[in-house]
Amino acid sequence: MYIEMRNIEKSYGDFKASKEVNFGLEKGTLAALLGPSGSGKTTILRMIAGFETPDTGDIMIDEKRVNDLPAADRGIGFVFQNYALFRYMTVYENIAFGLEVKKIHKKLIKERVMELLSLTGLEGLEKRYPNQLSGGQRQRVAFARALAPSPGLLLLDEPFAAIDAKVRQELRSWLKEMIHKVGITSIFVTHDQDEAVEVADEIIVTNQGRIEQIANPFEIYKNPATPFVAEFIGQSARMDGYHKLKGFEKGDFTGAIIRPEFVEAFKSDNLKFQDVMRCSEEGIIEDISFRGNYLEVRLNVNGVSLTTRRSLERRPVSVGEKMHVIVYRIYAYDDKKAYLLENSLLNGANIVTF
Amino acid sequence: MKIKSKWILIGISGVFLFFMLVLPLISVIINSLKEGIGFYFQSLASPTVKSAFGVTVLAAVIAVVVNTIFGIAAAWLITRFTFKGKHILSAVIDIPFSISPVIAGLAFLMTFGRMGWAGALIARLNEALGTNIQIVFAVPGVVLATVFVTFPFVSREIIPVLLSVGKEEEEAAALMGADGFTIFRKITFPHIRWALLYGVILCTARALGEFGAVHALSKTRGETFTLPLEIDALYLSNSSESITSAFAVSSILVLMAVAVLIIRNVAEHQAKKNEENH
Repeated sequence: MYIEMRNIEKSYGDFKASKEVNFGLEKGTLAALLGPSGSGKTTILRMIAGFETPDTGDIMIDEKRVNDLPAADRGIGFVFQNYALFRYMTVYENIAFGLEVKKIHKKLIKERVMELLSLTGLEGLEKRYPNQLSGGQRQRVAFARALAPSPGLLLLDEPFAAIDAKVRQELRSWLKEMIHKVGITSIFVTHDQDEAVEVADEIIVTNQGRIEQIANPFEIYKNPATPFVAEFIGQSARMDGYHKLKGFEKGDFTGAIIRPEFVEAFKSDNLKFQDVMRCSEEGIIEDISFRGNYLEVRLNVNGVSLTTRRSLERRPVSVGEKMHVIVYRIYAYDDKKAYLLENSLLNGANIVTF
Repeated sequence: MKIKSKWILIGISGVFLFFMLVLPLISVIINSLKEGIGFYFQSLASPTVKSAFGVTVLAAVIAVVVNTIFGIAAAWLITRFTFKGKHILSAVIDIPFSISPVIAGLAFLMTFGRMGWAGALIARLNEALGTNIQIVFAVPGVVLATVFVTFPFVSREIIPVLLSVGKEEEEAAALMGADGFTIFRKITFPHIRWALLYGVILCTARALGEFGAVHALSKTRGETFTLPLEIDALYLSNSSESITSAFAVSSILVLMAVAVLIIRNVAEHQAKKNEENH
């Protein structure tokens, strides 16, 4: 483990910002701290950076306890939320600053800065000031500046928050590619699950100061460990009366969660679904909303309200229309854990949608 | 309609400014030359005027230096730290803006005078060390009064700039291992330099022209008088020659004020340009 948090607790007055935080990351991992605002993700990042001190517990970087080490001596690169580029310094001076502070020979500084400029595709911009750059270029400078002193760990606080939606997409893949190319262990904070799923190798889901789950994006999506993760990830909705649905039986659970992609609705004359027609039940369309590249269709199935997405390429549907509905799976949960419940009727059945 | 009201407003402001400000100032210059150019320079060369000029410049320079150091420190403290009583401190800094300078002068008189607690302290100090430090009715008193009335100018100019800039850049530099002095010199100072210059100019202008506070603490013409006090004395002596001398000395202050005004506008312009670029 390159970075490890062991039994970290942190309070601000009565507010517990971190409770029993335990996790470790292998060298070279790109991890996302994902959670709603106030869930403690930024506190964790700031404690690793050394801006905050935990009340108890150990922060280990490369098997050394760094709790008492000042921020500057931890070998950390930090990309601030709004980048905090030095406005009165050129791109070159920004990247060189961390090296100049360390009193490194001028020639070596120049070499390192040039290397980073070419890595981040900023060649030719070294004489510009931050205000003469686009949002994306600023992020690149912030990234290059954080990497300049060759830190062992890179921390990024909401690295995409300051960029408009269109460029954000492009920068996500750029950053992911860059971090893997450099091979540096990195942790970034985000409240946007799409961002976490798309960029990170590992996602650390935080909630109310606790770590809910650490896993790769696929696992987080497919096998949420706790009720919170099940509800937080995806377009999840709580539902009542899951046992009223065909193929599900009442178990010892306190509730259930469903996502639109778990629900299939088709017309009775749809040949593709003839094999599983017996597994379906009737649902009446209550509402249809246009979502740009798909329709969101809300159905009433046996008194349970279910939402599904419908491709615009499929035949049109209307409110009040009777549809056949199959629910593939749901997440049921008790107080502590979430469980995946598959539709029992579909066992072994082969469904080809479309 | 809009254009018409614009010209009416320009007309009103123009006439008002001309009669209230420009004309009186021109009359100062004209009056100062009434007895001829020779007399003008003769008035300026009189020993009391020379001494007053020296005291004024000394007080202004000390006030600017002290208030620049204090102003930067106070602005830094108020914008970069949270502590109890911050609002009180911030309000206290502004006291010289709201209080009449005469009261400031009297306050110093009561503190450092023969009856004041600090006066007794200084008397004992003089006795012990065999020195003869005088505050009240001496140059140190004049300097103190000037420092007092120009106290808030520098910090009040810097505080809004430091607030709008934020502390992220400083944090970033600190994380890279930069020490406090490097951070101030390379990160913070470039942001505040024009606001600082502007504050220094305002401070200088105020220091040169202060009358009330200094008046309470300065009683010896030719020794502790500043230019405004010297002008007052010349004018009150009531001979037509000394009145002309009063105008001659005034014209020096007017010229200094015009110079300050020009520098001020340049600084303001630069500050604005600076802000747009960064």
